[in-house]
Amino acid sequence: MSFNLLITVSLGYVAFLFAIAALAERRAARGQDAWVHSPWIYTLSLSVYCTAWTFYGAVGFAARSGLEFLTIYLGPTGVLIGWWLVLRKLVRIGKTQKITSVADLISSRFGKSTSLGMIVTLLAVIGTTPYIALQLQSVVLAISVFADGGLVGESAAQTALWVAAGLAVFTILFGTRNLDANERHHGVVMAIAVEAVVKLLALLAVGIFVVWGIGGGIADIAERIDTSEIADWQVSQGRWIGLTFLSAAAFLCLPRMFQVLVVENADEHHMATASWAFPGYLLLMSLFVVPIAVMGLELLPEGANPDLFVLTLPLSQGQGGLALFAFLGGFSSATSMVIVAAIALATMASNHVVMPIWLRFQGQQASVTGDVRHVLLLSRRISIVAVLFLGYLYYYLSGGSEALAAIGLISFVGVAQALPAMLGGIFWRGATRHGAAAGLLLGSAVWVYALFLPSFGAGGVFSETMLAHGPWGIAWLRPQALFGIAGIDPVVHAVLWSILLNATAFIVVSLVTFPTPLERLQGAQMVNVFDLAGETRRIQSQMVESEDLLIMAQRIIGSVDAQRLFQREAIRQGKLGFLPDPTPDFLARLERELAGSVGAATAHAMVTQLTGSSAVTVEELLAVADETAQIMEYSNQLQAKSDEQDRTARQLRRANDKLTALSRQKDAFLSQISHELRTPMTSIRAFSEILRDESLAGDERRKFATVIYDETTRLTRLLDDLLDLSVLENGQVSLEVQTASLGAVLDRSLAAATPGARLEVAPRRGADVVVETDVGRLSQVFINLIRNAEKYCDAEAPTLSIRVRQIQGEVAIDFIDNGSGIPEADRDVIFEKFARLTDTQRAGGAGLGLAICREIMIALQGTITYLPGQGGAAFRVTLPVRLAMAAE
Amino acid sequence: MAADKPPVFLERASYRRRRIADAARVLPVFGGGLVMVPLIWAREGEGAVTTVDAFLYIFGIWALMIGLAAFMAPLLKRIGRG
Repeated sequence: MSFNLLITVSLGYVAFLFAIAALAERRAARGQDAWVHSPWIYTLSLSVYCTAWTFYGAVGFAARSGLEFLTIYLGPTGVLIGWWLVLRKLVRIGKTQKITSVADLISSRFGKSTSLGMIVTLLAVIGTTPYIALQLQSVVLAISVFADGGLVGESAAQTALWVAAGLAVFTILFGTRNLDANERHHGVVMAIAVEAVVKLLALLAVGIFVVWGIGGGIADIAERIDTSEIADWQVSQGRWIGLTFLSAAAFLCLPRMFQVLVVENADEHHMATASWAFPGYLLLMSLFVVPIAVMGLELLPEGANPDLFVLTLPLSQGQGGLALFAFLGGFSSATSMVIVAAIALATMASNHVVMPIWLRFQGQQASVTGDVRHVLLLSRRISIVAVLFLGYLYYYLSGGSEALAAIGLISFVGVAQALPAMLGGIFWRGATRHGAAAGLLLGSAVWVYALFLPSFGAGGVFSETMLAHGPWGIAWLRPQALFGIAGIDPVVHAVLWSILLNATAFIVVSLVTFPTPLERLQGAQMVNVFDLAGETRRIQSQMVESEDLLIMAQRIIGSVDAQRLFQREAIRQGKLGFLPDPTPDFLARLERELAGSVGAATAHAMVTQLTGSSAVTVEELLAVADETAQIMEYSNQLQAKSDEQDRTARQLRRANDKLTALSRQKDAFLSQISHELRTPMTSIRAFSEILRDESLAGDERRKFATVIYDETTRLTRLLDDLLDLSVLENGQVSLEVQTASLGAVLDRSLAAATPGARLEVAPRRGADVVVETDVGRLSQVFINLIRNAEKYCDAEAPTLSIRVRQIQGEVAIDFIDNGSGIPEADRDVIFEKFARLTDTQRAGGAGLGLAICREIMIALQGTITYLPGQGGAAFRVTLPVRLAMAAE
Repeated sequence: MAADKPPVFLERASYRRRRIADAARVLPVFGGGLVMVPLIWAREGEGAVTTVDAFLYIFGIWALMIGLAAFMAPLLKRIGRG
């Protein structure tokens, strides 16, 4: 395995990546970007999480602390499996607000605050620089494995410099080619997707070689694992929980992760695929880590660096080709991380540090006269070079020492400080910029003090006495045992206190401070991003010339894009040409488009420089709220109206049904009445004819005359009843109200009804009541009920019992007989006209009695109902104790 | 009449959507609980969990979580569209 071959292959691989990236860019520019926008490319691009630190370092980690290395993968797995909770919201906000970085998200959420953007950017740079140094170191270490006698001193540093320079060129070429409005980099994403495949395949190849090539298959490896020194591994509870949480937090907050997760996301649904596919990728990445570690410890000489087992193990077995493949895997891990991190940091630095400063120096006219686009691209490129140079410098100064290996976790803790502000910002409307700043500053300070500075070792930045006894001998301030609580693992200790204090400061300060109107507006838009389907209307403005806006936009997003944007807007407003009216809607949209290039804070500053009004006032905020309220009010009214229409329709339908039923009833009534009249008339006519016959004897004649008389009486009664009913139904009845004892009325009715021997009336129960009512009409009802009992009760010894009781201000008089009662099916019809259940002969009436009773009771403001469950036919008559006013 | 009937099937669909979203929220909690099991198992003495057992357990639940997430993914995608 010659060193020159390694260099040749590496350069060839780099050239291949350049070609892939260039191809992707060209296809995307031609609009053939469907294949770049696939969920699989998105999933693979997430693998920038797996850096050289995880590619090589996981094996070392496993060799030192067993399965604990898995926590670094379990955290991100949790985040992706729970994507519905947090990631989905982040991505939606990222899209609607055109967020370009973590710093931009936090700055934009908290009122497009410039200072917050700077704080987060600074934190990200401090946290990421050592990490970039780590990647450079890994490449150098890996190359030195192949070099005779290793790379030492200047030649190592030189190699690192060359790698850094190469990465800078690649990143500048594909990361700052365009100032795309949505800040996507197709070429870069495509290249890192390819690298993701390479590193996975490389690790799998080494793993398969170790398990089946060197070892004797799965069973053999399992046995070797349990007998190796890794088997002595103990679960450290603090580290298990702490590192899982830390890796989950870092997965969301790392600048490079935010870049691929949120900024480069082309379609929200890609997350659904990534939610299981990326955990699957991580699982495959870590599947062979333990076997490689075990085999390395077993076969390689004592003192061999376990971080390089992935390379040295195949090499020691004479597998030069496999080692070369593994080298390319590690190289891919390192380069993809550095490229994406550099892009993310450069975006942050230029948008949140360079642009605000430049704008301030340029003064009022910057937006119109300055060459923004040029400045922006230049500042990006310089930022990339600066970031990579810082990484190189860190590597050079730390001398590529072992201390670098620990930097991965240290870096994680640093960037995780953005977590409270980020999550608080998107889930809690009460979060304020003061709270966010307080939390970020306090958390970062604790991180620097408790973890970052001590990481340089005793005698590095902190003296040994300082580490052991605290500054000025104050034990409570010992960097690695804050508040006097010692014995916690340094990383867990730093995570615990920094995040705890960070979150506490964030919450407490948010609770006691008041947000600016713009903060409240942004907070509402982000927290309620799923409820606000459209764009909330925005505010302003004093007069501004569209031409100035166009000039500014051209300088930022380029003339072609800017003109297209303005033209589209003009068409939307129904105008021709390139100059739409500067409506609030248009300004809001323009600002968002610009934010995609320069970040929300800068875009806001630039637009307001032109439009004049630099801040949202409370009145304007209220106007927006009013508008929303009005829309809601209007939709509520519509809803109410439609409900009302439904109700009316139902009522109409019911009325119609009733009318139809009434018409049918009327027909039935007419035919009934004809029938009822016809029967007596027929017999009268027949008997009158017989009477005309002179030859009839005297008593026969009398007999027939009696029949005629009876029939006539029946007819008269029928007609009387009908007349009575019609009077009652039309409400024309006149009542003669008088005061009477109910007992007396009942007695009189009983006497009038003259119950014969057939019906026995049981002794009445219940106290006597005085009622004020039309006594005559009431007795008519009573008589009817008593007669009905006499007529229809089918018991052997019919008995009628009458009960009087008072129920809630009403008198209820129950008439209960001991017959078989009325079948349930008939109970509805007994109060209808001509409703006779038995045959006519026995009833001897026209079936109007109960109908009349009901009408009378209505006139008396009472009721008459059938009372079920009394052991026989039972009717309840109720009437108010006092009839306050006589009906007319 | 048709207009009077409550839209039974529509209700059921949106009910189902809510429950799928619930499942998506519960999944990481469930997985988190399982991942924390190594904190309490015995690594020494009688009935100790060997490293291979631990390895199999963690990769087992990991694969289970991936499987559940893969099962949920198309359902959630449909909700997102709906």
